[in-house]
Amino acid sequence: MPPQDDRSERHTMVVTVDNEPGVLARVIGLFAGRGYNIESLTVAEVDRTAHTSRITVVTSGTPAVIEQIKAQLGRLVPVHRVVDITIEKPGIEREMALLKVAGTGEKRVEAMRVSQVFRAKALDTTHSSFVFEITGAPDKIDAFIELMRPLGLVEVSRTGVAAISRGADPM
Amino acid sequence: MDQKVATQAAATAELTGAEIVIRALKDHGVKHIFGYPGGAVLPIYDALFQNNELVHVLVRHEQGAVHAAEGYARSTGLPGVVLVTSGPGATNVVTGLTDALMDSVPLVVITGQVATHLIGNDAFQECDTVGITRPCTKHNWLVRDVKDLPRVMHEAFQIATTGRPGPVVVDIPKDVQFKRAVYLGPDKTPPRDYHPRVEPDEGAIRTAMHLMAAARRPVFYTGGGIVNSGPEASRLLRELVKLTGFPITSTLMGLGAYPASDPQWLGLIGMHGTYEANLSANRCDLMIALGSRFDDRVTGRVDAFSPGSKKIHLDIDPAQINKNIRIDLPIVADAAHALRRMIAVWKEEKLSADPELGSWWKQIGEWRARNSLSYRNSKKLIKPQYAIDRLYALTRGHDTYITTEVGQHQMWAAQRFKFEEPNHWMTSGGLGTMGYGLPAAVGVQMAHPGALVIDIAGEASVQMTMQELSTAVQYDLPIKIFILNNEYMGMVRQWQELLHGGRYSHSYSEALPDFVKLAEAYGAIGFRAEKPDELDDKIRAMISVSKPVLFDVRVDPHENCYPMIPSGAAHDEMILSDADEEPELTDEGKMMV
Ligand SMILES: Cc1ncc(C[n+]2csc(CCOP(=O)(O)OP(=O)(O)O)c2C)c(N)n1
Ligand SMILES: [Mg+2]
Repeated sequence: MPPQDDRSERHTMVVTVDNEPGVLARVIGLFAGRGYNIESLTVAEVDRTAHTSRITVVTSGTPAVIEQIKAQLGRLVPVHRVVDITIEKPGIEREMALLKVAGTGEKRVEAMRVSQVFRAKALDTTHSSFVFEITGAPDKIDAFIELMRPLGLVEVSRTGVAAISRGADPM
Repeated sequence: MDQKVATQAAATAELTGAEIVIRALKDHGVKHIFGYPGGAVLPIYDALFQNNELVHVLVRHEQGAVHAAEGYARSTGLPGVVLVTSGPGATNVVTGLTDALMDSVPLVVITGQVATHLIGNDAFQECDTVGITRPCTKHNWLVRDVKDLPRVMHEAFQIATTGRPGPVVVDIPKDVQFKRAVYLGPDKTPPRDYHPRVEPDEGAIRTAMHLMAAARRPVFYTGGGIVNSGPEASRLLRELVKLTGFPITSTLMGLGAYPASDPQWLGLIGMHGTYEANLSANRCDLMIALGSRFDDRVTGRVDAFSPGSKKIHLDIDPAQINKNIRIDLPIVADAAHALRRMIAVWKEEKLSADPELGSWWKQIGEWRARNSLSYRNSKKLIKPQYAIDRLYALTRGHDTYITTEVGQHQMWAAQRFKFEEPNHWMTSGGLGTMGYGLPAAVGVQMAHPGALVIDIAGEASVQMTMQELSTAVQYDLPIKIFILNNEYMGMVRQWQELLHGGRYSHSYSEALPDFVKLAEAYGAIGFRAEKPDELDDKIRAMISVSKPVLFDVRVDPHENCYPMIPSGAAHDEMILSDADEEPELTDEGKMMV
């Protein structure tokens, strides 16, 4: 028997589905029912005429579990395709976050300075607060959030990951 | 009135939702449906009333309808169809749906729903049917617009019957059943974009055949996938097994695909499998899994399962590959398609089995000589094994279909009844649903009116769906319910004896009904046997009666079912009899079901 690898890995799966009622519940129910992790999940219709949506799921598990997740997703009837972008196609992952940072004086200035380094946009500004928009790879957003925490971070809203492969060909 | 409705419909070429359902059933060749009416399906029942081609079987509980449809489907290869109302009607089908999902049984279950404008309002008899049944169906639909109904009905049959078969639910609100739409037949509706792979990869087939030709200790381990693929797969399996000369064992679900009377047959594999089947699985150097899924009842402790073998795994469902056991060579395909190619390649390349096969058979012969299914018979008490042996002997020559409940009786039946053909053995394997066998027998008998249909039952299980005896009486279905009455939930008692220090907590079947009187109360025939020498005559009488029979066979209450691989143990840690030393059970093992 080939040796079993029991290290947990993080994988991003891109799932093309028919945009029909209940399809998201099927995907989420599959993860919940079989005990798989969801670290992030995003979904939106991407083709109006074909009525297909694209679900991007970030999950973690041993290689055996990851293989199962892909196979189990594949057997759902409305699922057309599952691509494990972490291993099958080199891809780009991006996430958007909105952060509310409140404070005055030194902290407020520092928050503004850090936001410029990260190329975040101030969407809303008052005398005692900012709302920043930041886009980037998930770890960049993690880092930005950590830096904002001592500077008066009061609220975060994240979109979850969207992913696409590099190069000219579609997935 | 009928005239007027008919002309109106013809003029507009539109049918009501209810009529669409009936019409679609007809177009998919449905002859029988199993159901139970209620407020939310009255329009469909009305359409049924006006149609005299479909035979509707009125059950006594919706769970019974689903198991009957399962029996129907598994004995014919056709999809089973069920019609029930919303709310409690729908929740009552959940056990049956889960059962069918686990055992890959094609079912189309139609549920009524409250009117679309009431959905979400906690209306009377409303429940979230698609939500509740999502995890226990292959797919399901809530049809909010009557225009979608013809397409959904066709998709329902397509999804239920193609790829790995399974149950589907079509939930139809009451207003949709009244509304009208144009009906297009299956030939005029584009099929759903759903294409499970049926043709095998040619390279994988060739590699598989070379592995087989090189194997010294090969074994076929086949399952329900062969039966589900259809009779052709069983025929091809027989050909391949003969061609190679390899030994073959099967899961509970696969019984009958290969004839049990054949010398290459090793018997059942798994927890209550034969010594030779399990030892062969444990010691083989090549395991050829065909339409089986390495269920935990088969593997026992996974890290000790067939440790020295390469494994070929043929399955139509890619998710089964590498799920429980690492596979060396996967083949994703329909069984018949793959078997046909396997046979062709073996012949084309003039392959032959390794000469070492002879010593492998010699070894198997030694394991066989242990006679692991033997038991000590008694003159005073009816041993359950003896009862099954007599039932088998006296039903030979009949066209016999066996269903079972769940427990020791089920395992004894699987071990001892010799199935020669597929689709003649109906049992709840994956879910292990007590109460399956009686309604399943109703469904089988409905499909095979002239056959001898026997539910091998336990006294506890049979009480779970006993009310379906009334259905059998109503439709003149002469099913035979052969109860191995040990006055215990025997399988529970056996586990309590082995794992819980003989503390028989709530496993005694107290206050049993008088089954003979019960049969009579239903208008069926009752028999009872208490001594071994009464058995033969009464079994013969049971067979010759053309009415439903409830046969109370009083058996030894303390008999255990062996061989047994306790949960969490390996195949070579089998208990063969009461006298055997029990292996030290790990806490981990006790934790397993
Ligand atoms: C619906 C359901 N509930 C509980 C169980 C657990 N269970 C498995 S076997 C069994 C006992 C069955 O007793 P009986 O029908 O008399 O069969 P026996 O084992 O005595 O042959 C029980 C309770 C089950 N399989 N199904
Ligand atoms: Mg019992």
